[in-house]
Amino acid sequence: MSFKAAVLVFPGSNCDRDCKVAVERSTGGHVDMVWHQDTALPAGLDLIVVPGGFSYGDYLRCGAMASLSPVMAEVVKAAERGVNVIGICNGFQILCESGLLPGALMRNNTLKYICKPIELKVENHNTAFTQGYKPGQSVWMTQGNADGNFVADADTLNAIEGNGQVVFRYVENPNGSANDIAGLMNTRGNVLGMMPHPDRAFEAELGSDDGATLFKSLLNSALTAA
Amino acid sequence: MTTTTAPKPKSMADYAAEFGLKPDEYQVILDRLGREPNYVELGVFSVMWSEHCSYKSSRLHLKKFPVTGDRVICGPGENAGVIDIDDGQACIFKMESHNHPSYIEPYQGAATGVGGIMRDVFTMGARPVALLNALRFGEPDHPKTKRIVEGVVAGIGGYGNCVGVPTVAGETNFHSGYNGNVLVNAMCVGLADADKIFYSAAPEPGLPVVYFGSKTGRDGIHGATMSSAEFTEDSEEKRPTVQVGDPFAEKLLIEATLELMATGAVAAIQDMGAAGLTSSSVEMAGKGGLGITLDLDKVPQREENMSAYEMMLSESQERMLAILKPGREADGYRVFEKWGLDAAVIGETNTSGRIILTHKGEVVCDLPLAPLSDDAPLYDRPWVEPKCEPELKLADIPAPANLNDALLAMISSPDMSSKRWLWEQYDRHVMADTLADSSTGHDAGMVRVHGTKKALAVTSDCTPRYVLANPYEGGKQAVAEAWRNLTAVGADPIAITDNLNFGSPEKPETMGQIVRAIDGMAEACRELVFPVVSGNVSLYNETNGVSIPPTPTVGAVGLLKDYDQRAGYNSLKAGQVLLLIGATVGEMGSSIYLREVHGIEAGAPPKVNLKAEKRNGDFVRDLIKTKAVTAVHDLSDGGLVIAALEMGLASKVGVELKNPSGLEDHVFAFAEDQARYLVGVEDASAHALLARAAEAGVPAQVVGLATGADLIYAGLSLSLSSIKAAHEAWLPAYMGAPT
Repeated sequence: MSFKAAVLVFPGSNCDRDCKVAVERSTGGHVDMVWHQDTALPAGLDLIVVPGGFSYGDYLRCGAMASLSPVMAEVVKAAERGVNVIGICNGFQILCESGLLPGALMRNNTLKYICKPIELKVENHNTAFTQGYKPGQSVWMTQGNADGNFVADADTLNAIEGNGQVVFRYVENPNGSANDIAGLMNTRGNVLGMMPHPDRAFEAELGSDDGATLFKSLLNSALTAA
Repeated sequence: MTTTTAPKPKSMADYAAEFGLKPDEYQVILDRLGREPNYVELGVFSVMWSEHCSYKSSRLHLKKFPVTGDRVICGPGENAGVIDIDDGQACIFKMESHNHPSYIEPYQGAATGVGGIMRDVFTMGARPVALLNALRFGEPDHPKTKRIVEGVVAGIGGYGNCVGVPTVAGETNFHSGYNGNVLVNAMCVGLADADKIFYSAAPEPGLPVVYFGSKTGRDGIHGATMSSAEFTEDSEEKRPTVQVGDPFAEKLLIEATLELMATGAVAAIQDMGAAGLTSSSVEMAGKGGLGITLDLDKVPQREENMSAYEMMLSESQERMLAILKPGREADGYRVFEKWGLDAAVIGETNTSGRIILTHKGEVVCDLPLAPLSDDAPLYDRPWVEPKCEPELKLADIPAPANLNDALLAMISSPDMSSKRWLWEQYDRHVMADTLADSSTGHDAGMVRVHGTKKALAVTSDCTPRYVLANPYEGGKQAVAEAWRNLTAVGADPIAITDNLNFGSPEKPETMGQIVRAIDGMAEACRELVFPVVSGNVSLYNETNGVSIPPTPTVGAVGLLKDYDQRAGYNSLKAGQVLLLIGATVGEMGSSIYLREVHGIEAGAPPKVNLKAEKRNGDFVRDLIKTKAVTAVHDLSDGGLVIAALEMGLASKVGVELKNPSGLEDHVFAFAEDQARYLVGVEDASAHALLARAAEAGVPAQVVGLATGADLIYAGLSLSLSSIKAAHEAWLPAYMGAPT
């Protein structure tokens, strides 16, 4: 089989190509770009990527308008069928806004855009996204956002922690995120949202290839399932 | 104040003066037209003949620059310069200032500076792949400085981050000379196929002129005129001339423009930058030797009841003007609709040789195009040889009371301290091709040429204190340092864009700085085979008669054919020997040491020996390409010890330096002699490398060893961690950031 992924494109997405290249080079798979107004996704997808950027300029609330676009209705349905979905940066914000993930992303507590390489701890390696990492492994990716401060109410946070939904945690919290959460998944384990960019850390010359492991994990999950 | 309301009954001569036209310039207009221009026509003339659009004071001297070369596809005169980077690929780049607007309204001024320079690049068919900026702020204690820094940095980040182009390199200075006029110079670098480059000249008559992008509003009216005048106390009143940027619209505009170009429908294209619809339509028709008619009623408008004058002079952002091939309007509309952009066919090319504008059924402007460009004023402004700082005697250079304290004072000074606070607000990694940026420990930014083993190296350089002390040597140095920074990462330097920032050319002293700096730059460009392919001139950077230090910023691009052969100052390893390449005679004039340790801003700047520069640089680049070295740093501000500690910090290894020179310790440590590099090599290969240098006629000597976790030199001994703390502390503390 060949790994098959789709990357969504909203007006203002700017990591769409990065995600396509990262998935292709990490998995050898095929990636289709899917326009936000499309009302159908390609058949047989192993992965849907909701990329980073500034969808609709982030002019209302990050991810709010994109979450209402026609293609997102299809993404929600696909997630319900069990297709793996990853939202990175603005994509994470869109997944929260669309209700696929709990909580919300607020303005960084520094009140500034923060771009820097960042160390993460793999908190849960028993997922389709992280099975290639070692338990508790330290990984490096870069981060670039102004609104990456994850918040949720106490009950939600307790549930997230209790269910093992936290997938990545910051080693040094850059933005005030609750419980140092850098990436989390839904209870079913097929929808992951994360602020750091695996799509900018897939080759050593970019400073780290730790992100490639995430996409390779998804490839292996697909192979195992097939 | 700018007049944006309906004209009151003043004479046209009065309006001409108000629009910045000199009486003799206005007389030329009367002579050429054989009649008085109307209000709209006068507006068109005044912006086309502004310093900003016409280069009337600098054109004569800009001719001195070499502008051709083996790799030059398109030199100055188009929206940006184009160079050949092999394999049918081209790199398109330019640097441009947004100084006046950034002082008046820092966030929008800087943001639209970034937006404008990106449009210059994608207008030619390139996808922007890297941004740089060169910022000069007033002294930290000046009441306006902090607010301007905050706004400019947020504006640059806010725009570039949203559009999704990495900001990979830049430079920042603070000096009282910029208290009344900050400099914000933004550079954009793009990639295109060499056979798919788009130009602005209208190719034939009878073609539709299509406007697309954002609507036209009443912002930025007469911005080009404002940028061509000095500031006074009431410069704040010029705020309405500052444009407002929308980076989301720019992102859509990039995608739509590149998609439209890919359909093959575009015959010519030009962004609406300074002087908006006026300069874009005049230039497209004028360059094509044609004429153009525009129906202003068809221009998409953001506000009601806009006058013809306002539409022609508006500098609303994120707008393009394209001339389509016959019958291709449908291709255009399909793309514009997809990206949600306003668009309209607003006119047509013809053979009239005139620009004819109609509004509400009346002809509101009917001008011959030729005088707008051909008869634009050209001044040979009087100038005097600038006063140059005298050579200092080495014996007169005071030693520091304590080397440790001297070093700490230098590295924690506003100019030398880490600019992390700034660049962490810029997305440096989007597009996933960044090999080197402000954070990585390289002398130039590097981005991969997407999908290849090639990379572009990019840098921005100028040392204003040198140019002030000696415009000719300082001009040479700006070019040489850019060339050296590209060399130090292993790139072949290819070409530059220049951004010439000066005070009023109407003062002979300032004009002398302009002339002599250009002379020096031109000589360096010739000797280093480093042609100028694009540029921008920003004059009248002065307030109440006080001029900025002369600041001719050089933006430069180099090519790495294989990025596996690249170097940085972040790869020094414990046990490696440090070799100093290049000669040190002890150039201490106008040095960081004198300024930061002794409070002395004086002395002749370092002389630039271009032959030595070329020979030493070619040698170092060859070492990198043959993989003899990977740890390389050029020596610049602060000299040897600063360069060594930067290598140590970036590589996380201590450095022990010695002084084999015979010069006094503080002189050898901090002299700013040019054409020098520090390279790290394995002990075993140091001897062979020295022999290789001797053979090439390149001065080289062992000056230290990478070891431990301290910086040690003569009486100096400091831990890297204490140096790092001092280096990183100043800017966040100044900006009041949480620690």
